[in-house]
Amino acid sequence: MADIASRPLATDRPAPSATARLAVLRETLRETLARRAEAVVIPVAALLVGLALFSLFIAALDKSPLQFFELMWRGGFGSWFSFQNALARAAPLLLAALCVALPARLGLVVIGGEGAIVLGALAAAAIAPPLRGVPPLLVIPAMALAGMVVGGLWIGAVGALRHWRAVNETISSLLMTYIAIALMNHLVEGPLRDPASLNKPSTLPLDAAYRIGPLPGLDVHWGLVVGTVVCLAAWVLIDKTRWGFAARIVGGNVRAAQLQGLPVARLTIGFCALAGACAGLAGMIEVAAVQGSANASLAAGYGYTGILVAFLARHNPLAIVPVAILLGGVEASGGLIQRRMDLPNATVLVLQGVLFVATLFSETFYGRFKAFNPDLWKRRD
Amino acid sequence: MDAGDIGWWGVPIAIVGGAIRVSTPFLFVSLGETITERSGRINLGLEGTLVFGAMTAYAVTVVTLSPWLGVLAAMAAGTLFGLFHGWICKFPRVNDIAIGIALMLLGTGLAFFFGKPFIQPSAPDLPAISLGWWSDIPQVRAALQINVLFLIGAALALFLWWAFRTTRIGLVLRVVGDSSDAARAMGLNPDTVRLLATAAGGALAAIGGAYLTLYYPGSWNEGVSSGQGLMAVALVIFARWNPLGCFAAALLFGGAGALGPALQSVGVTQGYYLFYAAPYVLTLVVMILTSSPGRALAGAPGELTVAK
Repeated sequence: MADIASRPLATDRPAPSATARLAVLRETLRETLARRAEAVVIPVAALLVGLALFSLFIAALDKSPLQFFELMWRGGFGSWFSFQNALARAAPLLLAALCVALPARLGLVVIGGEGAIVLGALAAAAIAPPLRGVPPLLVIPAMALAGMVVGGLWIGAVGALRHWRAVNETISSLLMTYIAIALMNHLVEGPLRDPASLNKPSTLPLDAAYRIGPLPGLDVHWGLVVGTVVCLAAWVLIDKTRWGFAARIVGGNVRAAQLQGLPVARLTIGFCALAGACAGLAGMIEVAAVQGSANASLAAGYGYTGILVAFLARHNPLAIVPVAILLGGVEASGGLIQRRMDLPNATVLVLQGVLFVATLFSETFYGRFKAFNPDLWKRRD
Repeated sequence: MDAGDIGWWGVPIAIVGGAIRVSTPFLFVSLGETITERSGRINLGLEGTLVFGAMTAYAVTVVTLSPWLGVLAAMAAGTLFGLFHGWICKFPRVNDIAIGIALMLLGTGLAFFFGKPFIQPSAPDLPAISLGWWSDIPQVRAALQINVLFLIGAALALFLWWAFRTTRIGLVLRVVGDSSDAARAMGLNPDTVRLLATAAGGALAAIGGAYLTLYYPGSWNEGVSSGQGLMAVALVIFARWNPLGCFAAALLFGGAGALGPALQSVGVTQGYYLFYAAPYVLTLVVMILTSSPGRALAGAPGELTVAK
């Protein structure tokens, strides 16, 4: 604020010449660049440091880090085939990461997306069989709605407990994930079981008409497009609307937000419910595009990888898209690395852990480097 | 009716036995977390430490054939994890809860990575003491097979309760946990105290892991932990950061965890998965009942982020 106040008012001086205007423009550009560069340079540097540490780990085991990254490139990004594999794996991660990133705006660390995914998927799979015969144009949105409502209620409850009972949201959401998986196992093996599913208890399979197909000309299902669109919408919500702004104030200081008369309860529960709806939608897409019915394979850990995606993207919905594709590629290359280098499949888990720690550690460097200080780039008059 | 057929009486006996058997990991992790949280920091990564400790203990025992060496190795590994958490959290703007989540992932990943060759071989168990000699009923005898680690854990709870109240170290820990400023004014370095407290917490959590692989269930596989490390963190809040409370809470949670298998043993298979979820539901209910908006939790260290 002081910055603006100290600037002379436009009326105080004669109309600036074209060169002066250009100079001002250049200065503004440099300031903006300096401010934005920090948000790109530090995470990328953290990623590189993480990869370097992981290389040391691989080298210490007498394996070649170069071969590792070469295989990772080949398995996740190098060919059109492997890149499609990466995109397919990124699709559920987009929505799973939003389940972490949206509450993060309020300063909440919700890590129970897996539970909302599983229950959203179950709700979508349960609602379809009774609607047999209804046109897919109605049933598929109904399935999506069912998944989103159940997921929204599940994580919304976490927000409500946080707001009204001050229950720690990190622990409660993770406990609720265990409960959700138990609930799914109970329903899939009991009331909702398809009697024909013998070895692997599942719900009734979806009619082919209610399945979500691949994108035209690709081997990737529509979930990728849905996830990307929802990420864009979440970015608009957080960055461009007053609700997003209000949520950031709540995240900064709850008392200040209350004094300002902001509806803290509605914001907390609303953002958590939206986050849960994203995860529930991810579950619905997983059922409709991949599994074809709800079963134990739904608890595949997308919710947990989503936590990593959200933190690597620093809870910015736009950054979630490239980070999800990156991690999708890493996961896609896991099998190849395992076969060729004789490494356990937990190698990918170790890499993810190292990247996670490096990224969190990099938080300490924000605001520490002079090069990113916009004042440095100001013209010295 | 022979002595082995005691019908429904088997359920409470199995729950008591299960409570003793299942509670030990909860007890050690929650005691460790109590030390860490009393210093004003929360380590959510104890789940990862527990799994890594479980793997280390099993691997070392397979190689050396000595379960106690396994426990020691697990403690060393847990100390390293704790030191890492404590060191990285001292930097400004590094969030202890988020680092905990990351270490949960890293610890589990490293455990699966190094533990793969140890899934097949079997290792000797930790010794247990039979306190059921007075009974003819095999279920009672089985229930009262008490592992040495359980007794050590119980003694440790008592010791910590005493140490927090009366020793200098306990006092230092509590000062640092309640107010960093007050600690600095006393000439204490809060970061160092927290580093050591997190290391101690890690060592104890790893003992909990060692119990899992060396006694019950008694083998190493990737599903060895079912979130005990995490539930123990919630349990500390329930126990109000009191070691004796941790002991009682661990028994309660162990009993809840034993409910499903106990009912299954008498032929109740309906709703098995729901009974399996009992400890999680219990934890959640307890957290809802004991948390309260507006005022800090009674007994909560002032610097703790979860209690703020």
